[in-house]
Parts: sequence; C-alpha cells; structure tokens
Amino acid sequence: MNPVFDWHALAPDVIVVATIVVVLVVEFAFPHQARTQTSRIAAIGVLAALVPIVSLATHENEAREMFAGAYAVDNYALALKAFFLVVTYITILLAVDYIDEGDYYRSEFYFLLLTSVLGLMVMASARDLITIFIALETISIPTFILAAFRKHDRQSNEAGVKYYLIGVLSSAIMLYGMSIIFGLTGTTTLAGISDAVAVDTTTRPLLAVAMFLTLVGFAFKVSAVPFHFWAPDTYEGAPTPVTAFLSVASKAGGFVALLSIIFFGFRSPNAADLWWGPVWILAVLSMTLGNLAALRQTNIVRMLAYSSIAQGGFMLVPFAAAGIAEANGEPFVADTSFEAVVIYLLIYGAMNLGAFAVVIAVARRTRSAEISSYSGLFETSPVLAVTMTMFLASLAGIPPLAGWFAKFVMFRSALEAGGPWGVSLAVIAAVNSVIAFFYYAGVIRVMWFKAPATEDRSPIQVPGALTGAIAITATVTFVIGVYPQLFARVGELAF
Amino acid sequence: MEWSEWALSLAVFIPALGAVVTMLIPRAQEEAVKWVALVTTLATLGVVVGILVDFDYDKSGQLQFQVNNDWINVINSRYHIGVDGISLPLLALSAFITVLCVIYSWNHWPEPHNPKAFIVLMLVLEVGMNGTFVAQDLILFFVFFEIVLLPMFFMIGVWGGPNREYASIKFFLFTLFGSAMMLLGFLAIYFKGPNTFDIVALSDWAGQDLTHSTAVLIFGAMFLGFAIKVPMFPFHTWLPDAHTEAPTVGSVLLAAILLKLGTYGFVRIALPILPEAAEDWAPFIGLLAVIGIIYGALGCLAQTDMKRLIAFSSVAHMGFVMLGIATMTSFGINAAIFGMVAHGLITGMLFFVAGSVQHNFHTREMSRLGGLLTQAPKMGWILGFCAMASLGLPGLAGFWGEFPALLSAFEPLSTLSEETFRTYMVIAAIGTVLAAGYLLWMLSKVAFGTPKAEFADAEIHDVNAFEWTAWLPILLLIVALGIFPNLLFGVTDDAVCVMTDKISEQVGADSTCDEGGDTVPVAEHE
Repeated sequence: MNPVFDWHALAPDVIVVATIVVVLVVEFAFPHQARTQTSRIAAIGVLAALVPIVSLATHENEAREMFAGAYAVDNYALALKAFFLVVTYITILLAVDYIDEGDYYRSEFYFLLLTSVLGLMVMASARDLITIFIALETISIPTFILAAFRKHDRQSNEAGVKYYLIGVLSSAIMLYGMSIIFGLTGTTTLAGISDAVAVDTTTRPLLAVAMFLTLVGFAFKVSAVPFHFWAPDTYEGAPTPVTAFLSVASKAGGFVALLSIIFFGFRSPNAADLWWGPVWILAVLSMTLGNLAALRQTNIVRMLAYSSIAQGGFMLVPFAAAGIAEANGEPFVADTSFEAVVIYLLIYGAMNLGAFAVVIAVARRTRSAEISSYSGLFETSPVLAVTMTMFLASLAGIPPLAGWFAKFVMFRSALEAGGPWGVSLAVIAAVNSVIAFFYYAGVIRVMWFKAPATEDRSPIQVPGALTGAIAITATVTFVIGVYPQLFARVGELAF
Repeated sequence: MEWSEWALSLAVFIPALGAVVTMLIPRAQEEAVKWVALVTTLATLGVVVGILVDFDYDKSGQLQFQVNNDWINVINSRYHIGVDGISLPLLALSAFITVLCVIYSWNHWPEPHNPKAFIVLMLVLEVGMNGTFVAQDLILFFVFFEIVLLPMFFMIGVWGGPNREYASIKFFLFTLFGSAMMLLGFLAIYFKGPNTFDIVALSDWAGQDLTHSTAVLIFGAMFLGFAIKVPMFPFHTWLPDAHTEAPTVGSVLLAAILLKLGTYGFVRIALPILPEAAEDWAPFIGLLAVIGIIYGALGCLAQTDMKRLIAFSSVAHMGFVMLGIATMTSFGINAAIFGMVAHGLITGMLFFVAGSVQHNFHTREMSRLGGLLTQAPKMGWILGFCAMASLGLPGLAGFWGEFPALLSAFEPLSTLSEETFRTYMVIAAIGTVLAAGYLLWMLSKVAFGTPKAEFADAEIHDVNAFEWTAWLPILLLIVALGIFPNLLFGVTDDAVCVMTDKISEQVGADSTCDEGGDTVPVAEHE
C-alpha cells in the first residue's frame, strides 16, 4: 500500500523542514556575512509556515488523515501549529540580540530551535503513540543542547545535563507505559486504543499501571510536582531565551501530547475513571507546592520557573475536571474542559513570553536576574515596568488582562464537572491564585515602590526585536483580556 | 446612534480614554496632565448629569439606558449594562467624587510626586468604579470589580505612608481572596441555575431550583467576596492599614466609593439572586454588622492617629449599612443606600480634611495636634461640621443613613426573628452614642484648645481655593440631603420596592412596601 501524501496539509511542516535545511546550508556553504542572516531566515521561514495554516483553516472543512490515521490535520492540529509557530517567532525575536551579542554559535542555535519546532508541529498532528513519542523526542533532544548553549558557563552545562538525564528517564518510563498499552490493546493508533479500552474491562488493573507510567512520563515533561525538581535549575542555567522557549513551547508540547492521548485515546468513562485521580493529585500538588516554593525565590528566573510549575498545575485542573466529567458520563462537559486547556495554553504563552522578554531586556543592563535588581524600574524605564506589571498581573489572573480568562475557564471546568472533587479542586485553585499573587506582587513592589539601586538612571535601551516581542505579547495580553472571545473561539474550533 | 445607548458606556470608558491620552503626554508636562484629568473627569460627570436628567424617575424600578451586546459568547457572558434607582445614586457619587479628587490634587501631590502616573491610576480606578455600578452581567461585574484593585494597590504602595508596602499588599490579598471565592459562587450559580450570567434574568429566577444547602453555600461564597470589600467584622483588618497609609485622595476614593462596591454587591446580586439563602444568612449578617458597629466605635476610641480613627469609624458606619441590608425590608435597604451615599460624602470629606491637616502639620497624631480652630478656623469649622454629620446629627445627611437603618431593625422581614433584630437595634443604638463620643473626642483633640508649643509659630494655611472648590460641593450636598432626604429616597424607593417585593414573595414573607410603593415615612410628610 502506498502512503498518501496530502501536500497541502503537510505544507507547514515541509516549510519548517526546508527552513532548517536552508539555515544549515547557509552556515557551512556561505561567507560569514550571510551567516549573520540566519536569524532572519529562521523568522521568515516560521512566518511562511503560517500561510498554509491559514489557507488550510479557511479551506473546506474536511478531515485530512494520513499514514493510516497516525497523522491528522484538523482544526485542533491547525490551532496548535499556529500557536507553536507564533511562539517560535517571538522566541526568535527574544534570541536575536542575545545570540548576536553573546558571540554564541549563531546558525546552530536556529537550527536546533527549528528542529524542536518541527517536533512540536508533528506533535499537534500525531494520533498514534509512536508518532507522539517521536515528536516528543524531536522536541526534547535539541533543547537539551540549547539548554547548555552557553558552553563556558558551568550553570548552563549543569542545566543541559540535568535536563538531558531527566528527559531520558521520563522517556523510558513513558515508553514502558506505552508498551503495556500496546500489549493490552494490540494497536498504537489512538482511535484503535479508544475502541479497545471502551469495551474491555478485564485488563483494568494492568491498564491502570500503564496509564500511570505514561502519566508519570508526561509529568516529568511538563514539570508537574513531584516530578518538577529539574525545572528551576535548568531554567536558571539555560540562556534566558531558551528558558522562555522551554517554559512555553516545550511545556505546551508535553501538554498537547497528554491532551491528544487522553482526548483521542482514553476518553471513555471506563478509562477516565483510571486517570482522573492521579491527574487531580498532580494538579493540586503542582499548584500548591509550585506556589509555595515560588514565594521564597530571590532570582526572577527561578521564580518564573516555579510559577510555571504552578501554572502547569492550573492547566492540569481542566484535565482532572474532564476526567471527572467523563467518568460521570458527561462528554459534553468534558469537551469544554479540553477547550479550557487549549485556551489556557494560548494565554499562558503570551503572558509568560512577555515576562521573559522583559527579563531579557532588563538583564541587558543589569547583567543580573536578581529580583532586587529591578528596584526603581518604574523610575528609570516606566514602559518596561508597566509592561512587566501587565504580564505579572496577567499571570496572577487580574482582569482586564488575559490571564483572568484563563483562570476563569479553569474554574469553570472544575465547577462544571462538579461533585466534591470538582468543587474542592476549584476552591484549592482559587486559594492558590491568591497565594500566587503574592510573589508576582513581590516583583511589582520592587519595581514600583523602591528607589533605583544604581546611580545610572537613564532608561534601559531595548533593541528593536525585543521591543517587537514585548509589544506583541503585551497587545495580546491586553486585547484578549478585554475581549476573550477571540481566543475562546479558537479553543471552541479546535474541538 | 441613540444617546441612551451610548450614555452609560461613555460614562464608563471616557476615563479609560483619558488614561490613554495621559499616558502619551511626556511626564514633565504636569500642567497638561492635570488639565486632561480635569477635562476627562468633568466630561464623565457631564455624561452622568445627562443621565440624571434623562432618567425616568417614575420608572426607577426598571433598568434604563440599557445596552445588551455580545461580549464573550463562548461562556454566555454579555456586555449588559443599565442603571436603575439603586445604582444611579452610586454612579453619580462616583463620577462626582472623582472630579473633586482631581481638583483637590491640583496642588496636593503626595510624594514621590509623579502626577502623570497618579492621574492614570485614578482614571483607571474610575473605569472600574463606574463599571461596577452599571454592570448587569455577573462576569462583567466581576471584571470591573477587580479592575479597581491594581490602581488602588499602586496608589497606596507608591504614594502611601511609611508602612505602605504592608498595607497595600494586605489590601490586595484580602480583596483578591474574597473575589476569587465570589467568582466561584457566580460560576456555581451559572451551572446550578439557568445557565446565564445575566443579573436581571437571575433575579427573576431567584434560586428556585436550588437545594437549600447548595444555595446557602453559594451565598456564603459571595458573602466572602462582598463582606471583605465592605469590610465587615472580622474581615475589616485591611481597612485601617490601607486608609492610614494611603495618600489623601486614595483614602477618599477608598472610603467614598470602593467600600460601596461590597454593599452594592449585596443589594444588587446576593439578595435578589438567592433570597432564600439570604434569609438564612440575614441574622448572621446582622450580628456581624452590629459587632462591627460596636467594635469599630471602640476601635476609634483607642486610636491616636486621626486617619486611623476615621477608618475605624468607617467600619462602624458600614455596620449600619449592613444592618439595614440584613433586615431585607425595603425600608432597611433604602436606608442602606442612603447610608452608602452619606458615608461616601461625609467620610470622604473627613479624609480630605485629615489630609490637609497632615499637609499643614506633617503629623496626624492627635496628641500633638490642637487648636486648629485658632490657627485655621475655616478648616476647624469644616472638621466640626463633618464630625456632626458623621455622628448622625438630624438635618445633615448622616442622620438619614443611620437612623432609618436602626428603625428598620425594629421590624425586619416578617419571616425573620423580630427578637433578634430588635436586640441588634438596641445594641446598634449604643453604637450611635459611642460614635458621638469618639467624633467629639477627635474634634476636641484636633480643633479645640490651644496649639501645641511645637506648632505655635508654624505657618498654617487655612482652606485654600482648590480646597474650597473641591469641598464646597460636598458640604452643600451633605446639607441638601440632610434637609431634603427625598432627593435620594425618591430615586431609590421604587427600585428597592420592586426588588424587595420579589424577595418577600420568594421567601413567603409580607410585602414591606405600601400600596403606592412608598415605604419611607418621610415621603408621607411631604
């Protein structure tokens, strides 16, 4: 049987591959002058890949499945691919000056970044355990190297090694779980698994073990407590643009994988019963411990690392809610919960990238990531201080900034699932969102309430690319906060 | 486009436009910033005055100037705004006080100066305040309710007193906790109820198909949100800190408007949507209100700082408002709304005076002050006038907030326990005596006697032109409302009656409105 290639559907991924190749070729075959342009090439390639996504989205709505159902290009995949590409574009904006000025290996950086993005693109379409696994590895392996990109910095090396070891360990655990699932169901396609687990009740204990192992693997990837300990060290040691990418794109990759597996493979009440409990616990632990640990941080990157662990916990809330709803036989309720995950991811991407953009901008002057180095930022660089305040307030979920809507759909899914477990989850999340404000406010206080620490009170110069990144993310954060319908519609279309 | 469709949106969003314009002005051009602020707030007030003129007072029980547009379809939340007799006075109060705050600020910039940022925050604050009073959708209400948090956080934290960091974060965390719980309550209503966030539709539904225990729980969640904002005892501890540390204008806005968001929430949302649960909670709310009255008054007597004393008096006054609401009668709720407006004017005014005293003496310690009447007689008299108004002297606005609230407790809703509320009434009456005590004590400390040695030769400015411009309208209103309470009762009464009749019907109690809809005794003596 010859595989069918739907080139229109594959176009976004093909463009990314082509860009990777061009970046590589330019690096070894062209003179030095051309090599400085690889960041532009990468950015243009990423934007070009958005074109077929738009044409596919506006095209007649047909299910495009390839390779025996292992690869699908539907609205769900398109929405997430577009998200990943935009995140990558912003990451490139964050990285351009950092890489140029740091005298790091230019083209290799963009080569590795785009390879990771290719994994993300495949992940959005993957409907098969093996494809998902390959996508996940394609996402991860380049980022191990990216995390250690500051070659002469011991912290960066530590970051890379830690990330690598944990990544390999989690892959192994996940793969073991997947192999049991394959053994029980005799198929690797999610659709086939879904059919098999819906009827078979004899193998439940083993299925429970398999699901648990798979979940643990993903818990490592999305740094959910208690599998989170690598994240703060890796985030702190890695180059900051890479940290931004890890905390948004790579984390989102893990969530998308989890979402696909659950949404396409384990939705039946029979299976949902098995996984919502562990997810509930992961959500509660991540929110609570992530927040409590973040309270004690004095380094802003570490604080954002713990904050992203807590945010990951918030994102797991709709998962648990969906499981509760499915177990109760309310698939429509579960649908809105899955939408909530996607909406949360989109909004989280904008606000977290924005926060990192400001961190990078400030570090250009201060060469420091200590929160105390932000003192008096409102006096010296009011625009940076105000945008940072926006991003942090948005992360805390204060209206009218986008974060409130993310929190809202999260609360909504938990309460809609209802029952003692749903309601208690919502209350725990509510208390946590109050705790979270305390450490976000800590940074805000330093920026606004303290006098500048240094004599130099001239405004921080922000290069064009970074300004663009801040402007884009700030605009999204504000517009979506005032009119959330825009993103909500994307979430609705995806399912 | 019709004016009536745009009026309310203009009243809410003109300040937002002003904030954007202010942000674009370079920081050094302070005059331009001030003028933009003045024009913006005056334009907003102008729109509100237009609404006051066009408002159909014969139908004050109905929502007017309604707009009901799509907003977030996915969650079924709509941009639904409108005003009735309950929200109109508060909207007017908010627009009015903000203008006066801008005028007062003209030459009273708290350190560290920066009028531009201060004005932007004040204008954003106004968006939130005006929006909360017109929102007719729970989610819209929630968003506006929260918008006020950040500007006030910065006002206290940047321009506040020595302990400002602690006070600002305490203010924020308390209210954020409350509103998080309130949001959960809103969502629970949505899913347990008719799947809408529309306040009008939900008031018609009135919790019909909820089990009793669920309704009581949901009411509890909303109670937390509103009670912390009011603030009721025992959630009041953020208030003295916030007030003491806040700059003058921050204190004024906090006392005059922000506290009303909580009590307004009870009247607009909690009571009409869940009347039966409210009936269960009423004795408890009444109890906390009465404790607040006594505790606030005793707290006042223990203060040495003038602003802190006024802050504690707010706890006591809001206790009277909540007592009125807890009776669930049209009489009590009319009194409560009057109390909100009166407290907004009087306490706002007291904070203005306290601010100017501090501006002159650089201290608010009452043991160091004295003889204000000899050094700055006009200011001294104004302080005396406000103290009288605050303690509820008949003929001034404070009386009509306090006295009817007490009276209403004499006869609460027929299904509530009369004994309980009459006991509350007696205890609250003691509170009025204490109020006279602490206010006169403050007055004698600050205004009477001779100036202390350290200030004997100090050059003290009496009330200046800006202060007169900002204060005179408030003073006149305090007198006007005191002499003609029907100016306000006439607006609120119909709206309150429509609401309480629904509540009475729902819980099976007797109507508390007369045939003609007039419940307020003064209305009969016209």
